[in-house]
Amino acid sequence: MSSETIESRKTYLNAFNICAGMIVLIGLFVTFLRFTGGLAKVTNLSNYNPWGIWIGFDLLAGVALAAGGYVTSAAVYIFGMKKYHSAVRPAVLTGFLGYSLVVIALSYDVGRPWRLPYPFIIQQGTTSLLFEVAACVALYLTVLFLEFSPAALEWLGLKKARSLAVKLTMVLTIFGVILSTLHQSSLGALFLIVPSKLHPLWYSPYLPIFFFVSSIIAGLSMVIFESSLSHKHFAYKMDETHLKEKDDITLGFGKAASLVLAGYFTIKVIGVSVANNWSLIATPYGLWFLVEMLGFVALPCFLYAIGVREKKVTLIRWTALWTVIGIVVNRLNISLVAFNWHLPSSERYFPHWMEIVISVFLLTVGIIAFRFIVTKMPILYEHPEYKDEH
Amino acid sequence: MSRRKFLGLAGAAGASALIGSSAHSASNKHFEGYPNSFGVLHDITLCVGCRSCEAACNRVNELPQPDVSFSDVSVLEQKRRTSSDAFTVVNKHANLKNSKVPIFNKIQCNHCLEPACASVCFVKAFKKTEQGPVLYDPSVCVGCRYCMVACPFDIPTYEYDKAFTPRVRKCTLCYPRIIEGLLPGCVESCPTGALKFGKRDDLIKIARDRISKKPEKYIEHIYGEHEMGGTSWLYLSGVPFKQLGMREDLGIKPAPEYTAGALSGVPIVVGLWPVLLTGIYAMTKRKEKVADLEKKECVKEAIEKEKADANAKLAKAMEKAETDKKTAIDKAVKKALEEASKAKVEG
Ligand code: SF4
Ligand code: SF4
Repeated sequence: MSSETIESRKTYLNAFNICAGMIVLIGLFVTFLRFTGGLAKVTNLSNYNPWGIWIGFDLLAGVALAAGGYVTSAAVYIFGMKKYHSAVRPAVLTGFLGYSLVVIALSYDVGRPWRLPYPFIIQQGTTSLLFEVAACVALYLTVLFLEFSPAALEWLGLKKARSLAVKLTMVLTIFGVILSTLHQSSLGALFLIVPSKLHPLWYSPYLPIFFFVSSIIAGLSMVIFESSLSHKHFAYKMDETHLKEKDDITLGFGKAASLVLAGYFTIKVIGVSVANNWSLIATPYGLWFLVEMLGFVALPCFLYAIGVREKKVTLIRWTALWTVIGIVVNRLNISLVAFNWHLPSSERYFPHWMEIVISVFLLTVGIIAFRFIVTKMPILYEHPEYKDEH
Repeated sequence: MSRRKFLGLAGAAGASALIGSSAHSASNKHFEGYPNSFGVLHDITLCVGCRSCEAACNRVNELPQPDVSFSDVSVLEQKRRTSSDAFTVVNKHANLKNSKVPIFNKIQCNHCLEPACASVCFVKAFKKTEQGPVLYDPSVCVGCRYCMVACPFDIPTYEYDKAFTPRVRKCTLCYPRIIEGLLPGCVESCPTGALKFGKRDDLIKIARDRISKKPEKYIEHIYGEHEMGGTSWLYLSGVPFKQLGMREDLGIKPAPEYTAGALSGVPIVVGLWPVLLTGIYAMTKRKEKVADLEKKECVKEAIEKEKADANAKLAKAMEKAETDKKTAIDKAVKKALEEASKAKVEG
């Protein structure tokens, strides 16, 4: 206990906190500009480019990277992979924070955020895939909140509520998988409506499947990446099980990620073949497509496989980071780079620095919240009072 | 009603109950637009680039005055698009046939028969009316701008500079005017007759007529008849539409059909996943239970074996004790006898 207090005292004025504090201040300033001056004040959005990085990065990439929650809880509770149990809470927490940030980011992006409940209470545009995304994200955020609640309730010492929440685990997990399948794939399906605007190498009727499968990859990689970071910074918080299972998780999730990446590569190739788009490979867009496919899909698939075979945990961790970047690249490609590709460059979009500030700001808020919760609540260790209860 | 028709209807009803009533793609028949709906035929060969339509549009829609007056045609030198202050613009294009006579073309919302904007809006802010116009209702719009992303013609625009009441802006085909029996502003003001308002079906006939009467003047394509499932605006041209910046690669599939597949996947996921997952869970549980049982069985066996061993040991020990006892007694008896006989001898 005493080492913990010393730890938190000496971390108050460190580089991280100073940096984070500055970002938060600038972020709040830009927030003020955005909500008093409109989108034109802080973004480069235009009539040709209605969606910028707040959709491409914060929403599309954000939701994919928050997929760790459903992937891990499904593996542990449904597929019975008990040895990954200690990964569930951090993954669910990351998911919960991730989705909360997505919703916050959306309220920056949409013109009238106070109307975000309208699709549910005023008029349902059920032919819209965005309706599906909105409905699932709203429901799934609730599910994640409930999945996360045992940790908070343990922290608060509310035993009865906690045991009720724990009883719901199985149902919530199944719910979570359904909702995630739906909205992860719908994010891809959002772009089905624009065959004339999205470059043929990225446009495909299989977009929903691509998005769903790659969300699994994103989820697995994020769990590895996040657990290695936690281990570096919060090792003093971890109990023996967590420390012991950490390498198991890295190896197991790395193996799964390698397999799913291989599958993803295959279906992408099928997608290009079915559309017979191979001739487009020899264009600048084609080269960029190859970079994505070879550099961010084939390469990590291979590196994960080597890492698992030779039990090189560090290699797996770096690969996880690389894969996470790859997912971001993929989502940005679809929403920004390959979108509107036929327009002359003067009519294309490049983010305003203040848009980037808001994205970085929200990310920082997420990290701060993660730090706060992890240091206060039983996320990386089991609460001593509930040790044998599951 | 024939059986087949009934089944078709029942299927369509089921599908639309799932994905909402306005998706025409849910029926198995191609939607050809509302009968008797209106449209405008724009004969590009007659357009002289005078910008009268722009001025009229500005007036009837009460849009802000532009910096450059509508009589100034120098703006035609730049390519322009619709904006939140201008629902229609005329652009000048080079004429590859005759470089001295440029071609002018007006753009505005094409009022698609099955609009992408309406099918993607998650609050149904867009609606295709029976009269033809595609209307927007700012009182429910959230401002997600998916309609702008979806429109294949890049038409809807947004009031990015408004902090509290940003609206999507686009041409209404002068709906308020046509329900009063008036012509759309642009059509009324066009001095050359390049714009013709009427029933869409009639306009298509007129267009066909013009092409067949002067095949040397027109290319044989009525733009908008089939593009993206058809639009209420129709165009005639003397040069390929591509040269006028109009996409010829849009295809004839109505926008909602692109998403119909993904939407019909929803009930499958919702229906199948719980079954599969519960099944997998049950299997996992069973595996665990079996493993558990086996473990218990093992323990039991071990205990029994242990017990049996113990019993055997005990029996052996008893036996040994017994024999030990016996030998001890024997020894004692023997010793006593010996002592007795010794005493006899001594005594
Ligand atoms: S042209 Fe665009 S805005 Fe107009 S109806 Fe069609 S999809 Fe909607
Ligand atoms: S911006 Fe408004 S009208 Fe357009 S899709 Fe979004 S909610 Fe609908």
